[in-house]
Amino acid sequence: MYNGKYIIPGIVIFVGLFTFPFWSNLLTPKYERPQLAMPADQKECIEPAEYMRAEHMHILDVWRDQALREGKRAYVASNGKVWDISLQNTCMKCHANKADFCDKCHNSNSVSPYCWDCHVAPRGNQ
Amino acid sequence: MSTTRRQFLKIAGLAAFGLGTSSALDAAEAVAKDMPGAKYDVGGKHLAAKRWAMVIDTRKLESREDYDRIIHACHSVHNVPSIPTKQEIKWIWTDKYDRVFTDDMSQHLSPAVREKDYLLLCNHCENPPCVRVCPTKATFKRADGIVVMDYHRCIGCRFCMAGCPYGARSFNFGDPRPYLKDVNPAFPTRMRGVVEKCTFCSERLEVGLLPACVEASNGAILFGDLDDPNSPVRKALAENFSIRRKPSIGTQPGVYYIV
Amino acid sequence: MIEKVLKGSPAFYIWLLFLGSIAGLGVFAYIFQLQYGLTITGMSRDVSWGLYISQFTYFVGVAASAVMLVLPAYFHHYKKFKKMIILGEFMAISAVLMCMLFIVTDMGQPQRMLNVILHPTPNSIMFYDMMVLMGYLFINALVGWVTLEAERHDVDPPKWIKFFIYLSVVWAFSIHTVTAFLYAGLPGRHYWLTAIMAARFLSSAFASGPAILLLLVMALRRLTGFDPGREAIQTLTKIITYAMAINVFFFLLEVFTAFYSGMPGHQHPLTFLFVGHDGHASWVVGWMWTAAVLAILSLCLLIPPQFRDNERVLPWALGILVIASWIDKGLGLLIGGFTPNPFETVTEYAPTFPEILVTVGVYAIGLMVLSVLWKIALDVKKEAGTF
Repeated sequence: MYNGKYIIPGIVIFVGLFTFPFWSNLLTPKYERPQLAMPADQKECIEPAEYMRAEHMHILDVWRDQALREGKRAYVASNGKVWDISLQNTCMKCHANKADFCDKCHNSNSVSPYCWDCHVAPRGNQ
Repeated sequence: MSTTRRQFLKIAGLAAFGLGTSSALDAAEAVAKDMPGAKYDVGGKHLAAKRWAMVIDTRKLESREDYDRIIHACHSVHNVPSIPTKQEIKWIWTDKYDRVFTDDMSQHLSPAVREKDYLLLCNHCENPPCVRVCPTKATFKRADGIVVMDYHRCIGCRFCMAGCPYGARSFNFGDPRPYLKDVNPAFPTRMRGVVEKCTFCSERLEVGLLPACVEASNGAILFGDLDDPNSPVRKALAENFSIRRKPSIGTQPGVYYIV
Repeated sequence: MIEKVLKGSPAFYIWLLFLGSIAGLGVFAYIFQLQYGLTITGMSRDVSWGLYISQFTYFVGVAASAVMLVLPAYFHHYKKFKKMIILGEFMAISAVLMCMLFIVTDMGQPQRMLNVILHPTPNSIMFYDMMVLMGYLFINALVGWVTLEAERHDVDPPKWIKFFIYLSVVWAFSIHTVTAFLYAGLPGRHYWLTAIMAARFLSSAFASGPAILLLLVMALRRLTGFDPGREAIQTLTKIITYAMAINVFFFLLEVFTAFYSGMPGHQHPLTFLFVGHDGHASWVVGWMWTAAVLAILSLCLLIPPQFRDNERVLPWALGILVIASWIDKGLGLLIGGFTPNPFETVTEYAPTFPEILVTVGVYAIGLMVLSVLWKIALDVKKEAGTF
């Protein structure tokens, strides 16, 4: 092989760098789902927790268009319960602890939604 | 002409790119799901109209306190910051006759009328230039005639500000929050880089409340359905002489002034 | 052909480095703007567009002006322009890029830029403006590249490119018309609400764009020895002269309508720009008079053939013309449109230092792109023997 002394170490370095995410993951502590502060006085969210965990951003997206553009401010949940469509006045009434609910999960997943640039987080938990 | 290796590679590359992007788009589509069985509805308490409109009876507004009370009611409920520069933000404010009704109707108006303050706000035009020019439908007209904004979608191009003939729009040149003393926790603030304006309190109408300025005006500002002959606005317009701002430009403002 | 960029004289790289450092300053100022918002600019509630949008407008004109070479060369088979045509097309590319950068720098929420495509709004002129600019960039890149490639291989360009060349002619008119429609369709802005806006834009573009091109080509001739041919220069100068005469004429039409009709709304922006309004004489007054005097002076130097064909006078005449048209379109147009404001009062606007820095940064980026593209074109021409 021509220039084998350059090519082989080169390939080794390339493979090492390319697989970096895999072995760095093996070496660092395992991801743990953060312990979130759940509302004390409520047992159920508007929809099942599994669904909310996966799709809350989608629901907020649809809520925004329904409330603002269609003038439909009532959400009839799958169990028939009716909720006012409002991030600030419905969601965050129960999930009043933004730091230990929203932020904790967002931080450990490295997402930074800018909801609270406009929407006002409940007072006293910055 | 036979296919050269170069041509083959070009086509293969394009095909791979096309496949890659289309599958990525499919994946993005497939992620978001609605909950089966969930529905959206208008709230039970909401006030409805075919065409919301406002009549300002300027004869009933006299002192500075009257105006300040109304302005404060609006600005505090909507978290409108007070910025002391040319980059200010205002939803409702006052100015003199010459500035409000720029088509000088009469050179010899009674001094009382000319020296008086008049309330200014978004006119919620029938034919709004701001909606026409907005490139993202962030500003749009609802079926009930109210011109509202989706601050989530606004890209901050400010075409609507150039388009508005009434100077009703403000732009958040910087972060508005440092200029807010008390934040109303029930209403959002805005963020840097979006345009904002009066909403005719569409969020209050939907829970059965009249606009904040109407409530604070002690009957000087009327609000109702322009298409309903029995509404308070139509009655007031039938009984009094009223004018609108810049009628010649065809926007059909929804704010009337009884002078 | 890209590889031509890699082999250049030290002077070429020093030039790029110089432009790059100016662009860097602009980027630095832009990061500052991203951090604090457009509050660092001189814009305000009443004058809500400023230097960025006016420069965007000006450079749409520069981009469109490539058509003044393409049209005679392909519609009238005027062969003398063929040598220079690629330079015009490449200048259009860099001008369109600058336009796009100016739009982005002017946005309050640039990360939401794609909303224009995600929520297409055919009633907004901005939507069409985006489409025609993208299209023009694509057409010029395609035509420029394909014809240059053909020149390199010393063959005729493929037949299908003719379609895009003809399309580019129509498209050039469309980009500046659509840009004028951004302004001319707004009911409350007296200075802009005029049917002649698009025609004024085109005439000023067809004067200033080729003038900038000629100035750059003359500089190129000094630096590299590239000669576009005396007759080509003289013909283009004639085009510039006619366009500038029409431009001045159109402006005077505006003045006539405003002052003979006596309608205050039409008069106020003009009086504000030239003498001040309501007791406010702004800093623009001096600039506008400068523009007026320079516009007339440029015509005086361009209309008599003995001056126009004198290559020692010509650069001065063109430079004066560019300054006059830049003040008219790059300053007066925006400021006059927003002043007096909808309350018929005056809110002053002056660009701030960071705003100017960002603007100069965009110029530098445009000039960098232009330098690289022209270097490719000239090296190909050298190789092909069409230098």
